[in-house]
Amino acid sequence: MKKFFQLLIRNRLAAAGGVALSIVVLLALLTPILPLQEPNVTNTANRFVKPFSEGHLLGTDHLGRDMLSRLLWGTRLSLAVGFAAAIFAAFFGAAIGIVAGYFGGRTDNIIMRGVDMLMAFPYILLALAIVAALGPGLVNALIAVAAVNVPFFARNIRGVTVGIAHKEFVDAARLAGLSNTRIILTEILPNVIPVIVIAMSTTIGWMILETAGLSFLGLGSQPPQADLGSMLGEARSALITNPHTSVVPGVMILIIVMGINLLGDGVRDALDPRLRSGALTRPMAATVVERESQPPAAHAEGVLTMTDLETQFHVGERVYKAVNKVSLNVAPGECLGVIGESGSGKSVTALSVMGLVASPPGVIVGGSVRYKDAELIGMKYGRLRELRGDRVAYIFQDPLATLHPLYKVGDQLVEAIQVHHKVGRAEAWKRAVDLLKQVRIPNAESRAESYPHEMSGGMRQRVGIAMSLANDPDVIIADEPTTALDVTVQAQILSLLNDLRRERGLAIIFITHDFGVVAQLCDRVAVMYAGRIVEEGPTQAVLDAPAHPYTKRLIACVPELGEGRRRLEAIPGLPPAVDRLDPGCAFAPRCLKKEAACVTREIELARVGGRAVRCLYPETDLKEAAE
Amino acid sequence: MTGYILKRLISAIPVLFGITVIVFLIMAMIPGDPATAILGSYATPENVEKLNRDLGLDQPLVARYFIWLGNMLQGDFGRSFALNRPVLDEVLDRFSATLILAGTSFVLCAVFGIAAGVVSAARQYGFADKAITFAVLLGISIPSFFLGMMMILIFAVNLKWLPVSGMYAIYGGGDLPDLFWHLLMPALALAVVATGVVARLSRSAMLEVLRQDFIRTARAKGVNERRVVWRHALKAAMVSIIPVLGIQAGFVLSGAVYIEMVFQWPGVGRMLVDAILKRDILLVQGGVVFVAACYVLFNIAVDVAQSLLDPRIKT
Repeated sequence: MKKFFQLLIRNRLAAAGGVALSIVVLLALLTPILPLQEPNVTNTANRFVKPFSEGHLLGTDHLGRDMLSRLLWGTRLSLAVGFAAAIFAAFFGAAIGIVAGYFGGRTDNIIMRGVDMLMAFPYILLALAIVAALGPGLVNALIAVAAVNVPFFARNIRGVTVGIAHKEFVDAARLAGLSNTRIILTEILPNVIPVIVIAMSTTIGWMILETAGLSFLGLGSQPPQADLGSMLGEARSALITNPHTSVVPGVMILIIVMGINLLGDGVRDALDPRLRSGALTRPMAATVVERESQPPAAHAEGVLTMTDLETQFHVGERVYKAVNKVSLNVAPGECLGVIGESGSGKSVTALSVMGLVASPPGVIVGGSVRYKDAELIGMKYGRLRELRGDRVAYIFQDPLATLHPLYKVGDQLVEAIQVHHKVGRAEAWKRAVDLLKQVRIPNAESRAESYPHEMSGGMRQRVGIAMSLANDPDVIIADEPTTALDVTVQAQILSLLNDLRRERGLAIIFITHDFGVVAQLCDRVAVMYAGRIVEEGPTQAVLDAPAHPYTKRLIACVPELGEGRRRLEAIPGLPPAVDRLDPGCAFAPRCLKKEAACVTREIELARVGGRAVRCLYPETDLKEAAE
Repeated sequence: MTGYILKRLISAIPVLFGITVIVFLIMAMIPGDPATAILGSYATPENVEKLNRDLGLDQPLVARYFIWLGNMLQGDFGRSFALNRPVLDEVLDRFSATLILAGTSFVLCAVFGIAAGVVSAARQYGFADKAITFAVLLGISIPSFFLGMMMILIFAVNLKWLPVSGMYAIYGGGDLPDLFWHLLMPALALAVVATGVVARLSRSAMLEVLRQDFIRTARAKGVNERRVVWRHALKAAMVSIIPVLGIQAGFVLSGAVYIEMVFQWPGVGRMLVDAILKRDILLVQGGVVFVAACYVLFNIAVDVAQSLLDPRIKT
């Protein structure tokens, strides 16, 4: 609760709205005891006195009545009517919604049909019809405005109630033999009230506007009594000659409604946890680069070389070191596997290459990624965009989410081609179909006309691969492309990638959490843990004699077909959160061989020949292994 | 597609039926004797009885409803006693004026609302976003009738750029440019609130979509940012924007009543207010049913548009 108010106050606009609204409400409350002139006493000799005159701060209207007094009395009336309408609408709407949601079945069906029917009317039209039946008058206008808002409340509250009506505590109350009325009053209602209050705060502004509108039309408050709407309505005939009589009530309505809207938005923002974490920010076209030092020299040869890459997530005060000085390289025709648990930073490493890490909150703070001779980190967006998909292409996990749901797959392929090549649509479409054939999609011509949701997971993944091949790239970065697929489809996809690599001399960086996949496809493998490389080497050598305890345990997680004697071991514990890493080895807390020295200082990645390990007490001595 | 449209049209029949029931029941709530209400308290009993018979009010409620409904289905909405002309003729005349006004406002709110929302989302927290957010807030807080009055004051009275009110100039008007100049202010005043609502929703829909994985895919393909935002993201965001456009259509259609009063626009809203004040019940009934029915049909068009956009909707 305290946090809620802090958030609300920090939102300056909401605070301003709140202050303005409080002043207006306070004035309205104090109106009867303020030294004001009588609002309804006419004095035709003093018609249309201009504002800021002696005795009439806001002037007088067409009957010589004091505007200030009428304004405050009118505000009082408008606020009261708007608030009353909101209460009525909330009460009846909530009652209907709770009954429909709680009882469900036929009751629900009949009630909601009626509600839908009412919602089929244009909102104001229904209010007009009700006023037509009841006759003009402020109370009738109030009833009309409340009535047309009842369906809105009913629908909202019903939705929430349906969610609660089958929770355990309600079932428990039912089993305890409580009556329906008691359950609704003691179990349902307390849980629904916050929703009612929020719905009220978002609609009360509308209700004030609508009642003012009906009064403006002459269907609400009747003379001499005036709310803000009827003041405006009466002033309309004198609009051209004496605009102040219109401006005064109009501006007051504006202040009230705007204050309510500002405050309501602030309340909603403060209550909405998604906004709190900043998750509703949209990622920018390329990851932000805030690199202080010069990019380091490339540590190795290769078509793509990462050197000391550092990518972080900045969330509020916290800094998550997702990628912590990672160096990797891949040569043409080579497949490099990057393996690790979820949260190890392997995907972020992959996405950092082409600046695809969502930013905010992602920031690349150091290191270098070189494609051939070009430095990608900090490259101008225009240049980076030209390389994306053309020279370095991605294959993503879960193609249902990664393909656009509303475009045909053929069109998505055509776009991939046309972004980088000036070719006509017909030509591009032909190439797209060819690409689908290359990834062995049957009936490629007709499949190109399909939408992603019409295809199976395996077919969609093939489309994803076809898309990455569209411009014959040099490097493909595959981010867990087979994770969402079943085993047979996975095997097909892997052999497809393997063939393509052989045929085209592609360099592949293959991100996975599965050592089985690595063994099938990758020449070399790098093991990541908590944002760092802990081991690297030729796949077979690492599999035969893992050096890092983590690698060894990870390999032990892979079930072996037909053997069955070895114990399948899970690694107890979870990877550490990368926002407060202790010095030393991040795996130490889960490691069976942990010694005091492991957690006192940084441990270097020790390279011996083609292999490297970041451990003081490796499982395999790399020097011995090398000999 | 034809099958889908047909299916939606058939499913609208119970809704239209329900609308007539609701309107009829609301009108039946009128306290006291409608004939006395119409004729005033000085009417002779004979006159009251005659009017009751003419209006079919001597029949029971259910019978009265079906007579009214049957007549309407044959195109007879009854006769307005205040105007002494068939209700349907009057409604059709007035509705065309409302349609011009509300239709223009609807196009304005859709085009500017979506554009503002997209720009706002694409430049989140930038200057454009803040400016648009503030303008939207102002727009949804200002009563349209007050805005209309202020526009008259500024653009018609002080600057003399535009005509004060009406649909055509009284002398020498009646052509299309004349209509355009008369339409400009009321259409804008009516569109402001709806534009704000559409802009707000478009912004949040765009922000939601821009975080999706398929946007990252488009960027990974090398698609330029403008195309990412205006094609990939907007197309996906339209799925949630279109239903709101449907709601806003109802809003401009019925909210036109205020603007028609302010600008003396000869539309159906002003007709209804006059009819309410004169207790011209049949005209109110007919007008409300007609406009609500048009809105139901428009919403079917919205559903069809939605199904054309989104192949995942089963047609």
